[in-house]
Amino acid sequence: MKARHLFVGLACAALLGAAALTGVAQAQDKIFVPLFTYRTGPFANSGIPIANGMHDYLTMLNERDGGIGGVKLDVEECETGYDTKKGVECWESIKDKHPTVVNPFSTGITLQLIPKAAVDKIPILSMAYGLSASAVGKDFPWVFNPPATYWDGMSMIIRYIAGKEGGFAKLKGKKIGFIYLDAGYGREPIPLLKDLAKDYGFDVKLYPVAGKEMQDQSSQWLSVRRDRPNWMIMWGWGAMNPTAVKRAAENGYPMDHFIGVWWSGSDDDARGGGTQAKGYLALNFSGLGSNYPAIQDIKKYVVDKGKSQVEKDKFADTFYNRGVFNTAMVAEAIRNAQKITGKKVVDGADVRKGLETLNMTAARWKELGFPDFGTAIHVTCDDHNGHSPAYMQQWDGKEWHRVSDWIEPMKDKVMPLLDAAAADYVKKNAGWPKRSEACAKLP
Amino acid sequence: MLYREAGQFKTDYASDQAIFPILQDRIGLAVILAVAILLPFANNDFLTNAVMIPFMIFTLAAIGLNLLTGYTGLLSLGTGAFMGVGAYACYKLTSIFPNVNILIWVLCSGFFAAAVGTVFGLPSLRIKGFYLAIATLAAQFFLEWCFIRVSWLYNYNISGAIEVPQRTLFGIIVTGPRATAETRYYIVLGFLVLMTWAASNVVHGRIGRSWMAVRDMDIAAELMGIRLLPTKLLAFAVSSFYCGVAGALMVFLWYGGAEPTVFNINQSFTILFMIIIGGLGSLLGAYLGAALIFILPIVLRFAPEVLGLHIHAATVEHITYITTGVLIIFFLIAEPAGLARLWQVGKQKLRVWPFPY
Repeated sequence: MKARHLFVGLACAALLGAAALTGVAQAQDKIFVPLFTYRTGPFANSGIPIANGMHDYLTMLNERDGGIGGVKLDVEECETGYDTKKGVECWESIKDKHPTVVNPFSTGITLQLIPKAAVDKIPILSMAYGLSASAVGKDFPWVFNPPATYWDGMSMIIRYIAGKEGGFAKLKGKKIGFIYLDAGYGREPIPLLKDLAKDYGFDVKLYPVAGKEMQDQSSQWLSVRRDRPNWMIMWGWGAMNPTAVKRAAENGYPMDHFIGVWWSGSDDDARGGGTQAKGYLALNFSGLGSNYPAIQDIKKYVVDKGKSQVEKDKFADTFYNRGVFNTAMVAEAIRNAQKITGKKVVDGADVRKGLETLNMTAARWKELGFPDFGTAIHVTCDDHNGHSPAYMQQWDGKEWHRVSDWIEPMKDKVMPLLDAAAADYVKKNAGWPKRSEACAKLP
Repeated sequence: MLYREAGQFKTDYASDQAIFPILQDRIGLAVILAVAILLPFANNDFLTNAVMIPFMIFTLAAIGLNLLTGYTGLLSLGTGAFMGVGAYACYKLTSIFPNVNILIWVLCSGFFAAAVGTVFGLPSLRIKGFYLAIATLAAQFFLEWCFIRVSWLYNYNISGAIEVPQRTLFGIIVTGPRATAETRYYIVLGFLVLMTWAASNVVHGRIGRSWMAVRDMDIAAELMGIRLLPTKLLAFAVSSFYCGVAGALMVFLWYGGAEPTVFNINQSFTILFMIIIGGLGSLLGAYLGAALIFILPIVLRFAPEVLGLHIHAATVEHITYITTGVLIIFFLIAEPAGLARLWQVGKQKLRVWPFPY
């Protein structure tokens, strides 16, 4: 009896040991792109389409072009569950495998990883989330957050509202409500909103939604009903978005005066409100629908061949395309890195240079098979963001439609805030390293 | 066979009353300590950073909660919040007095947590069991609300998170991203060993015995001359001290920054599950519980990859949840009193093996 147990135990141990040994011997002939994704947990409804988009675009590059510059991409997902603990764990598990870039897809995880990036020499691409101040390249050489910061987003929304009201002068005396996830992410735009309120003379009403009441929100919307703001702006994520849209519709709030940031504008978010959600607005900086050559290629090479986890009716929805947008930037950065270093297999330090020279004009997007898909991004050594414009999309009850031109952010208002925030961060984090990396240039 | 105490004679009371009366136990402990000290030489950052440091910090918090729930019988759901108090206290202290050594502030932050814990422990004289759990739940929600709303606590950071500045000890960087995994590992290990030793002395001494008397029957304890309020409050204070230090270590030596959500109710539940599965009223239980709840899922997550199976990350996550859940149920059915009791039973069996009676 005992002997048998011992034998089974030994056999298991031997098997594990042998497997561990073979796992170590891994040749570096691929470009390693880790994807931090979350298909589980409370934010999975937002996380799944993004994960699919990112995974499928990179897989398509592997299938169609044989990778980038002739080198295959090694795409590996690490499940974070939007949990900071697991995000840091993922970072530790990939950092020795020569990762090119990390997309944390959670503000909480990004905040933890920012200090680690410079030490482990792995760039972080937090696409329009994370720490806004990290757009300042001289203080955060390893962090990139294109195409726009939350402050840019808020200023675009105010600009859009001013346009609808008939000019900035007409904002005077108006009441603008702001419903937000009560965490770093939701609170970040408040200073700018208050500044703008002072400048243009409108009133701001704040409606914080704590993480645990995301799926309730009845008290917040009761207050909205009492205050009757002329416009509502939302900074929500995960289950908070569809709930807010539903509550707004139930309370009879005019949906065409309710505007979400780009993280509150997925198909599922708007669908949550049913037919009454018709008219709901949201910012967006990536394309709608599947009518782009590159997206068609994803369908042809990946989805139709059963290499994707995406459900057929969710293919190329808003957040799927957002994931594609994210990895299109990654792919372009890898291409730039290959050009700058002349190497085929690039690592984190090379891709940092690639990201710093990211210049995706409308023409470049078209070349990549995405005509009129994404906003133009121009990242420089000092400006790791680009402050690109976004457009407004509107929900017609079935799908999103583009209803505005590119809306430019108010850079003059945003930049001073950014610089102050970056200086503040550096001051509070005593011992923050001075930038030692030279500015990258494309040959 | 190997584990036999024949021939080990106790010739004085001290050796008879020792915590580890059997030689083999002492050897085992020495081996474990030696392995713990040598572990960083394995040069595996993942092991030290993502497995051992968090494991030791969770163990410390579990010891803290075990002193309160396991030894004194007071159920608390405020562990996460008390850890948060430690973390935020340490953050404020080091930003106001940056020149004082950070390790001193880590210890001091425990006193802040102890003070807060004592205040929220006051209802424990009047209410017991589930009702007390609800009272500590109030602490959890109130303190979490403070971490989110009182911007003074996080130095008015726009992100609402606290970030760890770089601090040194004798010229070695101990906090911040530049601190090596080894340095942080040894500091956490030091805290854990010293505080486990202290806790072991407390629970085996007069204070621990009065706690256990209160746990087993508080009226009887009172009749024997144990004053209930000071005893219970002391349990709250010591327990919160441990949790506070664990919270400060968590942010300063593991996370390197934290959002208030880190200290939410889930954190409290995680620690509570650790001591329930590990064994209430046992220091070993805190270690075993933390290992089962924290390390096991990591092992399970990486097992398919090591075995050469390619499964989607999300599927692995689901399998991990299922397996961990099944194992928890299995262990609780096999031994409802926890893993520590299972170990005791196993030890007893080994002592009489191969001639059980």
